[in-house]
Amino acid sequence: MQRVRLEAVRKSYGPTTVLEEISLDIEPGEFLVLLGPSGCGKSTLLNIVAGLEDASGGRLLFGDRDVTRLPPDERDIAMVFQSYALYPTMTVRKNIGFGLKMRGEPAALVEERVREVAALLQIGHLLDRRPSQLSGGQQQRVAIGRALVRRPSVFLLDEPLSNLDAKLRADMRVELKRLHAESRRTTLYVTHDQVEAMTLATRIVVLEKGRIQQCDRPEVVYARPANRFVASFVGAPTMNFVEGRLEAAGDHAALRAGDGLIPLPGLAPAPGLKVGEPIVLGFRPEHVATASAGETGTVPGRVLMSEPTGPDLYVLFGLAGQTITARLPPGTDLPPQAAVPLRLDGAAASLFRPADGQRLN
Amino acid sequence: MNAMRRGALYLMLTVAALAVLFPLLVMLSTSLKPLDEVTNGSLFALPQDPTLDAWRKAWGSACISGQCSGLSVWFANSFAIVIPALFGSLALGAITGYALSLRSSRWSDLLFAALLIGLFIPPQVTLYPMIVLVREMGLFGSLPGLVFVHLVWGLAFVTLLFRNFFLSVPRDLLKSARVDGAGFLATFWYVLLPLSLPVAAVALVLQFTYIWNDFLLGLTFAGPGRQPVTVALNTLAGSQFGAQEHNVNMAATVIAALPTILVYFLSGRLFVRGIAAGAVKG
Amino acid sequence: MTETCPPRRRWRLPQGAAPAIALVPAALITLVCFYLFIGWTFAISLTDSRLLPNWEFIGLEQYRRLFASSRWWTALENLGLYAVLFIGGCTLLGYLLAILIDRGVRAEGVYRTIFMLPLSMSFVVTGIIWQWMLNPGLGIQQAVRGLGFEEFAFNWLVRADRAIFTVALAGIWQQVGLCMALFLAGLRGIDPNIWKAARVDGIPTWRVYLDIVTPMLKATFFTSTILLFSLAVKSFDLVVALTGGGPGFSSDLPARFVMEHILTRQELGLGAAGAFVMLCTIAAVVAPYLYLQNRRGAA
Repeated sequence: MQRVRLEAVRKSYGPTTVLEEISLDIEPGEFLVLLGPSGCGKSTLLNIVAGLEDASGGRLLFGDRDVTRLPPDERDIAMVFQSYALYPTMTVRKNIGFGLKMRGEPAALVEERVREVAALLQIGHLLDRRPSQLSGGQQQRVAIGRALVRRPSVFLLDEPLSNLDAKLRADMRVELKRLHAESRRTTLYVTHDQVEAMTLATRIVVLEKGRIQQCDRPEVVYARPANRFVASFVGAPTMNFVEGRLEAAGDHAALRAGDGLIPLPGLAPAPGLKVGEPIVLGFRPEHVATASAGETGTVPGRVLMSEPTGPDLYVLFGLAGQTITARLPPGTDLPPQAAVPLRLDGAAASLFRPADGQRLN
Repeated sequence: MNAMRRGALYLMLTVAALAVLFPLLVMLSTSLKPLDEVTNGSLFALPQDPTLDAWRKAWGSACISGQCSGLSVWFANSFAIVIPALFGSLALGAITGYALSLRSSRWSDLLFAALLIGLFIPPQVTLYPMIVLVREMGLFGSLPGLVFVHLVWGLAFVTLLFRNFFLSVPRDLLKSARVDGAGFLATFWYVLLPLSLPVAAVALVLQFTYIWNDFLLGLTFAGPGRQPVTVALNTLAGSQFGAQEHNVNMAATVIAALPTILVYFLSGRLFVRGIAAGAVKG
Repeated sequence: MTETCPPRRRWRLPQGAAPAIALVPAALITLVCFYLFIGWTFAISLTDSRLLPNWEFIGLEQYRRLFASSRWWTALENLGLYAVLFIGGCTLLGYLLAILIDRGVRAEGVYRTIFMLPLSMSFVVTGIIWQWMLNPGLGIQQAVRGLGFEEFAFNWLVRADRAIFTVALAGIWQQVGLCMALFLAGLRGIDPNIWKAARVDGIPTWRVYLDIVTPMLKATFFTSTILLFSLAVKSFDLVVALTGGGPGFSSDLPARFVMEHILTRQELGLGAAGAFVMLCTIAAVVAPYLYLQNRRGAA
């Protein structure tokens, strides 16, 4: 258990800035996920925490210890790489024990700890194999074992699941969650997969262009994205956006988009928002529902296409001149081109400023 | 039609193969003939009365540079040169290639380019200053002197092989070793060197061939009586004086060529893999 | 699991120092034995050094002497002829053999092994074998005459105007396997779909090789030519063992000329000038190649 603190950490390669003044406080035992598209700087940030790259500025503290200038092996960290980076010529046993051996631990202790970890990860029967004789999932376990065996105070994972197929990925996700729950080690986890981020994280840091866009609990990041980037990056299918002006319709707010009016019942009045102000409305597909004809507070939509996925039915609607996606219960009967009244859940809606995409409510 | 084409294909290949093999067969056949068969018979004729006399003489009693103990002495010289030079140049090339592959500063790429260009420098250009250097080191005409010269001339090629291989190793592996606390040498020793065995084998085979086959350096740097077998062979067969015993010459040629031919056959594809990389080295 | 205390801080070299130290021997060798020595040789070529180096600078006098020497001109002309024959022969035959093998023959490994066998042997060995075969009294000429062709003449080894051709012949025999290997690798790297497409279009095989495959192997031709050229300029052992530069100096090559003047003729200054001209010859061809390689980022 270790507190990790980043103070204005910067990174630039010559004139190119990769990370701008990142400050973060990671609580002891936290599972922090760095989420972002490729090239956002998340791996660079992880490498800086690991000590594999030097920060161009700022400080890095583990507890009270300033580790900014320490080499990786003196930071008391362990790391799992996307490619696993298992040593191809060593057996699983030697792979897992290599770090301890380099640290000068006695062979008996190394062996004991390797066995312990192998048992924990259920790879005891593989100890004498070489990485090339293992399946992808087994290699993944060995890579995790190699990190666990060192009992690091900070655990770093760089897209560890992205080389696995979908089924294995789901299994390993559960496994990682279990391991974290048991060991409560401070963990930093880099991924571009928002499902991994949502399921694993105690907090998510969304990165884009070297800046932190939002840092919060997964449900907050999902429900109240800090800006349009976060809103569109997190969630699949992606959030619907409709541009327009704020209006009042009876007792609730509404959005005037083109010649249509979208009522937003339940939208809490936000301070400083005035009627007539241009805004971008964001709402997730699950916050759209069909209504029966004649109900108030609805907006007419036209069915463009239906995509049944099994548990859900995704329907593309034309609405106020724009295309939106709705997530509806399966079995809803919607013939193409049918006109359907739709109700939006205003309480769950997000409003963004058109100029810079910042959240307004 | 198709069968005819394939027939023609095999015919051409076989003719070419025979053309390549022909000089070697002549060499072998001549070495097995007694002298009168060589001087009176046809080059094409197979030995009527095969004998190993020429081989025995070439190995044990032919006179080379006034020393009548055959090629065996020089053959041993070659091994005494090849073995230390081989392992020395492999060790130096591997560690240099590793350090260059890290590209830790822009100087390392510069050094690599400088080495690469060095592959093309004809030995004649640097030969005399090299003689001066080796003499100043007090090693001229000695075995260590010649080994040192081979080390210098082999450096570029072996480094090139290892550097390019190490560059192909995933960077994550090196990062992982750093996180595990392995330093520069430990990473090399435990992680990279075991991985580079195939390349090391290529380097071994090619360097063995080059060093064994060297003539120019052996001629220049080895002292009298310490020259490699190639130099002795040239002295034996190239001497313009007296009656030439061609059967002995050919037996000596076979003997001198045998080690590299054996290595070639034993190494199989390794030779092919290295030959392109090392082709510039003549 | 229990926590271990963080590892104690060990004494260690600053980041990047270890690779730098490891590069010291190689850097020293490169700097001194390659570049400093080139400079030394150039400097000596500007002096009147004979047996031993001295530093009496006489400008370009040695180069004037060099290019006034008919022996040097013979050596240069021989190099030109030898290079053309050697490169042309190796490329043509090597490419042809590679194509034949690439047509999908059985026992491909056997053929490949045979063609590359001479590569494993020393130039001295090659030279002596061919010297024996080309020996006019006992070699091929005599053997063919023995078959009844009394007028058959193949005495190039002892003909001043033909001796260099025998060097080229032996050189091609030795190095053709190298070209074959390079071209075979090139042919194997060609997308098989190109062959399928050509077959669908009904293009005859030879046309595919001529118009499609050969242009695709441009880089291989380039590389092999550079390699062979550098080999040709450095050719020393072969000519020593095969003709000894003779008859007279008729098959001399610059590499042998230089060696003789430096080591046995006590003309260090002149030899150095010759060596430097050799270096310039190689540089003129190789420098553009290395430059292009570097620009392509392949080096």
